Amino acid sequence: MAAVLDVTPENAWTALWRRLHQDRVGAVSLGIVAAYLVMILFAMAGWLAGGWSVEVGVPYANPSFLGERPNLEAALQKRSQRQGKVPDLRDIDPLAPRYDEWAKRTQELKSTEPERSLTLPWGGDRWGRDVLDKAIKGSQVSIAVGVVAALCATLIGTLLGALAGFYGRWVSDLLEWLYNVFTSIPAILLIFTLAAVLRSGPFASVFASGIWTVVIILAFTGWTGMYRLVRAEYMKHRSREYVLAAQAIGASAASRMFVHILPNVSHVILVQLSLLVVAFIKVEVVLSFLGLGVPIDMVSWGTMLAEAQNELIIGKWWQLAAATVFMAIFLTAFSMLTDSLRDALDPKLR
Amino acid sequence: MAGYILRRLWQIVPTLAGVVLLIFFLFKLFGGDPAQILAGQIASQEQIDAIRRELGLDQPWYVQLGIFVREILTFDWGKSWITREQVSHIFLSRLPATLTITIPILLLEAALAIPTAMLVAYYRGTLLDRSVMAICVAAMSISFLVYIIVGQYVFGFHLGWFPVQGWSDSFWRNLFTYAPLPILLAALVGLAPQTRLYRSFFLDETKSDYVRTARAKGLSEPAILRKHVLRNALVPVVTNISLLIPGVFVGSFLLEIFFSIPGLGREIYLAVNRSDYPVIQAVTIYLSVLTMLINLAADVLYSFVDPRIQLR
Repeated sequence: MAAVLDVTPENAWTALWRRLHQDRVGAVSLGIVAAYLVMILFAMAGWLAGGWSVEVGVPYANPSFLGERPNLEAALQKRSQRQGKVPDLRDIDPLAPRYDEWAKRTQELKSTEPERSLTLPWGGDRWGRDVLDKAIKGSQVSIAVGVVAALCATLIGTLLGALAGFYGRWVSDLLEWLYNVFTSIPAILLIFTLAAVLRSGPFASVFASGIWTVVIILAFTGWTGMYRLVRAEYMKHRSREYVLAAQAIGASAASRMFVHILPNVSHVILVQLSLLVVAFIKVEVVLSFLGLGVPIDMVSWGTMLAEAQNELIIGKWWQLAAATVFMAIFLTAFSMLTDSLRDALDPKLR
Repeated sequence: MAGYILRRLWQIVPTLAGVVLLIFFLFKLFGGDPAQILAGQIASQEQIDAIRRELGLDQPWYVQLGIFVREILTFDWGKSWITREQVSHIFLSRLPATLTITIPILLLEAALAIPTAMLVAYYRGTLLDRSVMAICVAAMSISFLVYIIVGQYVFGFHLGWFPVQGWSDSFWRNLFTYAPLPILLAALVGLAPQTRLYRSFFLDETKSDYVRTARAKGLSEPAILRKHVLRNALVPVVTNISLLIPGVFVGSFLLEIFFSIPGLGREIYLAVNRSDYPVIQAVTIYLSVLTMLINLAADVLYSFVDPRIQLR
């Protein structure tokens, strides 16, 4: 008898971990997502793809496995370099007296043209940058934007949802009104409006570099779904016995909201958060493609696709393939992981 | 019914007021100075002051808000800052092109997704079901951009089955020459998420008691699906389609940009790039009103689809 009573209930998060392991699809997806995260950390530290912006190959360098493929663009550029002899304009050029001075200064400056390789592991882009490096760095930027924006949207949605669900009455009415306002504007129009405002307004220069413009746009437009879910959960939980018990021993409203109720609704938030990550990455790709996303000195899957459109017409398909494959694998794995997570967290299936 | 509709219309008022305030203050607080944008890079202070007076920007904010509300109520937004085209004319001339591609997309998606979802729901749990679902997840992970880029290249440029891009003045020529490729691409992309969703609707119904009763009395599985499950599952399907309807107006902006279709979505994208505020504001506010009205219409439609729902 005593042995039975000794069994302590399994912690929810250990149970989640155990079930994710048992679910084969979930385990594989988790492995892939983890591999991406390691890759991103390495890219952030600069150990991987740190030199993505260096022009290491000839323009449109062929992928190594297609090394023999004729590369018209690189050949044309080579020829124009060889024909570099300038016609003599000494008689008519008003700047002719300064030719000697310039020649001397040219001799003083040493410029070395790095040896550009003819092939790169997964080909090169228009400027001869390594497409594989770009895809890795692009993964870092796209996933970072998706995750950071989803966290911001979750923060807004959870906070407002908790307030509305916990307090009810006029707080709820006010926030419901706000929710109605935000959801009655078609999402894409709200995104475009924010993009227009942020790119021409007084904050344009503040956010000109970095990923903050697109993060703000996504967080500001994407919090509504989270708000609705969290509000419903808080309405359910606020009059449960454990919350009333906490109130009876003098727990403050803030403590009941965020110490007692929040852990009990965190599984809902976690699933919605990972759904947001997938959705936001897709939107970021479109925005960057349209030139409304990450700035031009950064690379994301969206900016790669923007370049790929013109490359495809002249038969350079590798940048398109790289961006598509990197993105598709991550999003498939992440979506599958979300599904497994939802199943593993569903108390009905326990 | 009439009372319900009137009350819902009355409820739109505060929401609409919120939308107007949100848009007004977004542009007022975070947007650039309209006079500066209008006058361009090289403008004297007098020019800027003149524009400020003309637009009422030298007035206090509540007067400006009044001007803004008057513009909304009278449908008089003046001209686009950049092209000097009447904003109302932009609406009327761009909308037909957008609808020419979005309405066929909506119909085609539903016509493809509902039977596919029924099929996989019928073969639930089998290899067919699981492979279709896996393909759907993989298909949804590829950006819409990739489908458009590759589709335009393969079917328009490489195989030459469709024109790469273009538009004409004739509706029929547009519909049968220029629109098919974008319509097909969008319908194929929309197929994956909709099939997944509708399959879950069908499966939810197959677990219910009346289906078990139908099975118990010996009805064949296809007959159960067609006569019992389909009818009941159509309620959430109709809900989902009605949620997609507001997207009909600007949802195809990517297609319009790629295929040079002179539609509303592309116009807004151009307006964003040109900081053409009146166009963005007008489109946003009117389409929000339209969205609210469509949602109301969808709620009324429910009571016809599902007699259990009573509007009060």
